[in-house]
Amino acid sequence: MPTLSLHDVRKSFGGNRVLDGIDLTVRTGEMICLIGASGSGKSTLLRCMNLLEPIDDGRILLDGADISEPGLDPQPIRARIGMVFQSYNLFPHMSALDNVMLAPRRVRGLTREALRGPCAALFERFGLSDRMAHYPDQLSGGQQQRVAIIRALAMEPEIMLFDEITSALDPELVGEVLDVLRDLRGTGMTMVLATHEMGFARDLADRICFLDQGRICEEGPPSEIFSRPREARTRAFLSRVLQGGMAG
Amino acid sequence: MSAPTRRQIFETRQRRRANGIAAASTCAVLVSVVLLVPLAPGWEAVQRSFFNAEVFANTFPGLLNAFLLDVAIFAWCAPLIAALGLLVALARDLRTPALYPVRLLAIAYTDVFRGLPVILVIYLIGFGIPGLGLPRPWNSPYIWGSLALILVYAAYVAEVIRSGIESIHQSQRAAALSLGLSGADTMRFVILPQALRRVVPANMNLFVALQKDVALLSFIGPVEIFRQAGVYKSLMANFTPYVGAAIIFLAITIPATRYADYLMNITRRTQS
Repeated sequence: MPTLSLHDVRKSFGGNRVLDGIDLTVRTGEMICLIGASGSGKSTLLRCMNLLEPIDDGRILLDGADISEPGLDPQPIRARIGMVFQSYNLFPHMSALDNVMLAPRRVRGLTREALRGPCAALFERFGLSDRMAHYPDQLSGGQQQRVAIIRALAMEPEIMLFDEITSALDPELVGEVLDVLRDLRGTGMTMVLATHEMGFARDLADRICFLDQGRICEEGPPSEIFSRPREARTRAFLSRVLQGGMAG
Repeated sequence: MSAPTRRQIFETRQRRRANGIAAASTCAVLVSVVLLVPLAPGWEAVQRSFFNAEVFANTFPGLLNAFLLDVAIFAWCAPLIAALGLLVALARDLRTPALYPVRLLAIAYTDVFRGLPVILVIYLIGFGIPGLGLPRPWNSPYIWGSLALILVYAAYVAEVIRSGIESIHQSQRAAALSLGLSGADTMRFVILPQALRRVVPANMNLFVALQKDVALLSFIGPVEIFRQAGVYKSLMANFTPYVGAAIIFLAITIPATRYADYLMNITRRTQS
């Protein structure tokens, strides 16, 4: 059953064509990694899926319903799709626990008492039980990013979008965040990631999409994309990034 | 402790030299002021009419007492200014078409009241509205004078709050919206608490200015410290009460300004 599908999605900022006809179907339980150079449209694609950016043309369907209809209230849709950002974007004036509880309280109408158990369980699951009362500036980058993931998960989303969530981290902190993604992958969460972690993408993704100039230039299982890329541009991109820092 | 490095020895010497020069030049200026000013032909007259110890001692308690009225006016104006300023700041960001008149009104309001001298607003409202022939106690200059101060200062506070709202990074909004929060909840729980914290020092400076401008109400009636000093001046034919009033204002405003600067430094440090 297809969960989220994009049909000929287009988006420009000013005269700059960022998405130039994207077709993509995300099936339930699938993990898709978007790869491509900076500016290839990965982040914009994720932001459009979450309706943070309205699209100019095309359609986005969630369980068959058109969610890209102009004038549609985006709130209930966003509540079903979790998103984690490169720069964590935790609310600095709230404790980790309050960061996580805010949306379930305000959007789903749950009380603090009702949320305490499930939220504590999420912190426990990702090794942050002793950090619930801490404020974001008291946490390391890796811990902040894990809290951001917990915050999105607390809304019990059907799909999770991850926008280069390890790119702002010190190298030694990347592992703990990737472990969280592995854990989520194990639970069958539907996930779309924009990532530069090629090793991670190769090991865990069901499908890799290589974006170039706002189009999906090539897509397929990691074994194909990484071993036998068909497109010259994919080969050029991979040889560039794999040369640099694939050792890890 | 280990022996100082070459760099430390050099810096210590530099610092000593700088302190020495600063002390010497300060002393030179002070000494010349103390020696030269009394040489001015009118100095004795100035000393008698502005720095008269006897007049000062006689009037200072009365001035302090009158200053309590300034504090009281400040105390009831300040919370109303904060509330109105916040409302206007929020109204300026309304995007609903039906509420466009409210937004327009808020914009016009901040433009008008930031563009007028405070004393002019106090005259227009303080004399104008009671002139409608309102019965007691509704013709009190306390009410209309306070309203003038509130209107002027809330316009400034609104602009300060709005600049705070705009200083919150777009990513905070994106994070809140991505969780499914409404625009109103995003403002209330995510943007506004951060924005208000950020503009505390700037607002403190405004409230220091307010404490001074309360004295302007004396022009429409209330006998607060400035007016009281004027009364003493006329009684004793001496300007020393004004110096006394100045000292009382400074005793409040200098610590408050310093504290605002201190808060501003903290904010700057935590933001960088």
